[in-house]
Amino acid sequence: MDVKLRLLRFNPESDDKPHFENYEVEADPMDRLLDCLHLVKWQKDSSLALRRSCAHGVCGSDAMVVNGVNALACKVLIKDLEQPIVVEPIRGLPLIRDFIVDMEPFFAGYRAVKPWLIVDESQHEPERERLQSPKERERFDDTTKCILCAACTTSCPIFWSDEEYVGPAAIVNAHRFIFDSRDQGSRERLEILSQRDGVFKCRTAFNCTAACPRGIKVTQAIQEVKRAALFQSF
Amino acid sequence: MAQVHEYDSVIVGAGGAGLRAALEAGKRVKTAVVSKLYPTRSHTGAAQGGMCAALANVEDDSWEWHAFDTVKGSDFLADQDAVDIMCNEAVASVLELERMGLPFNRTPEGKIDQRRFGGHTRDHGEAPVKRACYAADRTGHMILQTLYQQCNKYGVEFYDEFFVLDLLMVDGHCSGIVAYEIATGELHIFHAKAVLFATGGYGKMFKITSNAHTLTGDGPGVVYRKGLPLEDMEFFQFHPTGLYRLGILLSEAARGEGAILRNADGERFMERYAPTIKDLAPRDIVSRAEFFEIKEGRGAGPDKDYLLLDLTDVDPEVVEKKLPDITEFARTYLDVDPLKEGVPIVPTAHYAMGGIPTDVNGQVLANHNGDLVPGFYAAGECACVSVHGANRLGTNSLLDIVVFGRRGGIAMAEYASTHKLLKLPEDTERSVQQWLAAICDGPGEESTYEIRSTLQEEMMDKASVLRTDESLSEALEAIDKLRDRFTRTRVKDTCKIFNTELVEHIELGYLLDMAQALVVSAKARTESRGGHYREDHQMREDDHWLKHSFITKVPEGLPQLAYKDVVMGRYEPVERKY
Ligand SMILES: Cc1cc2nc3c(=O)[nH]c(=O)nc-3n(C[C@H](O)[C@H](O)[C@H](O)COP(=O)(O)OP(=O)(O)OC[C@H]3O[C@@H](n4cnc5c(N)ncnc54)[C@H](O)[C@@H]3O)c2cc1C
Repeated sequence: MDVKLRLLRFNPESDDKPHFENYEVEADPMDRLLDCLHLVKWQKDSSLALRRSCAHGVCGSDAMVVNGVNALACKVLIKDLEQPIVVEPIRGLPLIRDFIVDMEPFFAGYRAVKPWLIVDESQHEPERERLQSPKERERFDDTTKCILCAACTTSCPIFWSDEEYVGPAAIVNAHRFIFDSRDQGSRERLEILSQRDGVFKCRTAFNCTAACPRGIKVTQAIQEVKRAALFQSF
Repeated sequence: MAQVHEYDSVIVGAGGAGLRAALEAGKRVKTAVVSKLYPTRSHTGAAQGGMCAALANVEDDSWEWHAFDTVKGSDFLADQDAVDIMCNEAVASVLELERMGLPFNRTPEGKIDQRRFGGHTRDHGEAPVKRACYAADRTGHMILQTLYQQCNKYGVEFYDEFFVLDLLMVDGHCSGIVAYEIATGELHIFHAKAVLFATGGYGKMFKITSNAHTLTGDGPGVVYRKGLPLEDMEFFQFHPTGLYRLGILLSEAARGEGAILRNADGERFMERYAPTIKDLAPRDIVSRAEFFEIKEGRGAGPDKDYLLLDLTDVDPEVVEKKLPDITEFARTYLDVDPLKEGVPIVPTAHYAMGGIPTDVNGQVLANHNGDLVPGFYAAGECACVSVHGANRLGTNSLLDIVVFGRRGGIAMAEYASTHKLLKLPEDTERSVQQWLAAICDGPGEESTYEIRSTLQEEMMDKASVLRTDESLSEALEAIDKLRDRFTRTRVKDTCKIFNTELVEHIELGYLLDMAQALVVSAKARTESRGGHYREDHQMREDDHWLKHSFITKVPEGLPQLAYKDVVMGRYEPVERKY
């Protein structure tokens, strides 16, 4: 079938501001949007710039705004998209070129919440694995799925207007540790998250949950972190 | 002018192998990790099924049984000293990942849970054993995330989206790398005492593959162009269950949890090919069986060109809980609900057994005599230790990257702390500059897209699961033509910032090199062993061929082959029956 695409293009060396260009490619309804973007790049205009790698929704490279909503280009199929398919870069991060944005502020937010297991290092290291019941493991399962694609954070209206806000993805990654029975760093993390740019900036718009390509209940995770911060219960 | 950075050790690649090495090297000496992708985009994150270690948490097990399975799975081509190290260190490696925070699935008692996987057996082949430690069907994702978390915790320095183009050698010593900063188009020299390559595989040379677009063999490509050898390039693994048309992987864990392969007649055909362990036979055997079923007209679908992975008899709760991702892949990409019907699958190009030859500490071999390259290391899928021989067992790669990433990281740091930085020649980056200028200035009459897709089709048709001298000769001829056409392409995008056309162009060049090395090695090996199956030489021939191939590029004409004996140990080659 013919697929009509309307892509927001921006070349920092020659353009003052982004503009739309139209393209048409021949594709199968079961093809991914990424396949069509590749056809544009490989057959029509080799200068089209995008990030991608795994092409099946696990590496998190190709988050874009597709017909107005955040998605991974490799996880939406042509048959499910209204045409012309309008594709824009994710919002709230500095635009570099075409669909490429500067990811540094996003990763800075991630690193700020100490997303690693914190344990009392003075304690004697156990010789075998630490025990964790299936129920304890289940408690934080949902937030272990995060692939750091930034689809949630860049769908958040608070993040658009306030780049200091750590954003949903950082909170998801904090949640993953706060509710891990083996972790001992929740107090430090919640202290960081209780600060001005932390979790209480969230206004529960739910955009993040809708945007997550891994189906993580992002807003729920944020609410749980808020509660943990308020009541010091985790 | 290129920017110059000085480090004790530089690691290229931020997948599981690179990050594991970085944790060791970073604790000991000044270390940088240089990667063309953000670390968490690496393909380790796509690994699904598990990582094996004889923890014996669920069933009786021993590392020695694991070693036996690995050697037998390798069709006796693995070096048995390296296999012993890997299987012995497996237990500590898994426990260490748990201590770093990796969220493994748990048994009711709270221990790390384990499940079955192809080719892993109890007591030397008696029956399948539960040896794979896992986190649902996202084990690789969890390993990658956990290692990245630890690297952040310890402040490892990263250069993300830096594309490595060249290795710097001074008097036969490795002294650094040249990298292209994708965001700016600038060149950078990383001047170092020791370098470790962990750049992953090169499955993108095949049409149907489970590999990422970015898996193009850059690391082995750089090494090959330097005139250093690559080992066992003829051995490429095809995984039996890739989604039809797409190649996206459905983990062997599905069969580990009880799924069954069926042909068009609904027959469980693996009963005929591997009567004892059936669907859980090693991948080379199952992929071949699938090709034979299709060839003999028992394929499913209107074109009789696929088989079915049947999960309908597996407990739906197990499917949703332990295999959620692959269930979603089938639903998203094929519109098939695995709970209700068979999933169309075909063999998919999956894993490179061959690569940069190393010793058990990750140090790179300069030739088939076993001489070492000072200061140069490799680990992970781009390397060949060799622990996988002619066919890798499922779950042994995640193990490989962690065990040998760690060993390589320690060894390179020891080397770096006892050696001096060697002086680099003037204009170190000149040859790279000239190369890049030439790429952007070619005639531009050929399309890289056509070259890439023709390569992928030719390799799939002529050099994949079933091979003959004739098919390989045709493949070689096709590759020669494509290499020639490639010289008449040009990068048209002139923008310095995120010129991804330039990156893809260079990647295609490496793929063409890898394809040539694979086909030349495969044509020479006139026997069948593991993933290398010759219809015109169907038997394994230990008298002649129990040896590793070393292929080296020469200035003119076809690359040259030499051979190195396999390191034997406890297990003598026997007929491989399952
Ligand atoms: C779908 C799938 C499922 C799998 N499941 C399993 C499993 O269950 N169990 C198992 O044991 N194995 C599994 N494997 C195999 C295993 O995942 C891989 O072999 C392993 O993860 C490779 O790790 P690596 O660190 O060597 O490379 P990768 O993780 O591929 O990382 C390569 C790194 O090199 C960098 N790089 C490459 N080229 C350059 C360059 N020119 N310059 C700079 N950087 C560069 C990239 O940026 C990347 O960071 C699976 C493989 C696939 C494809």
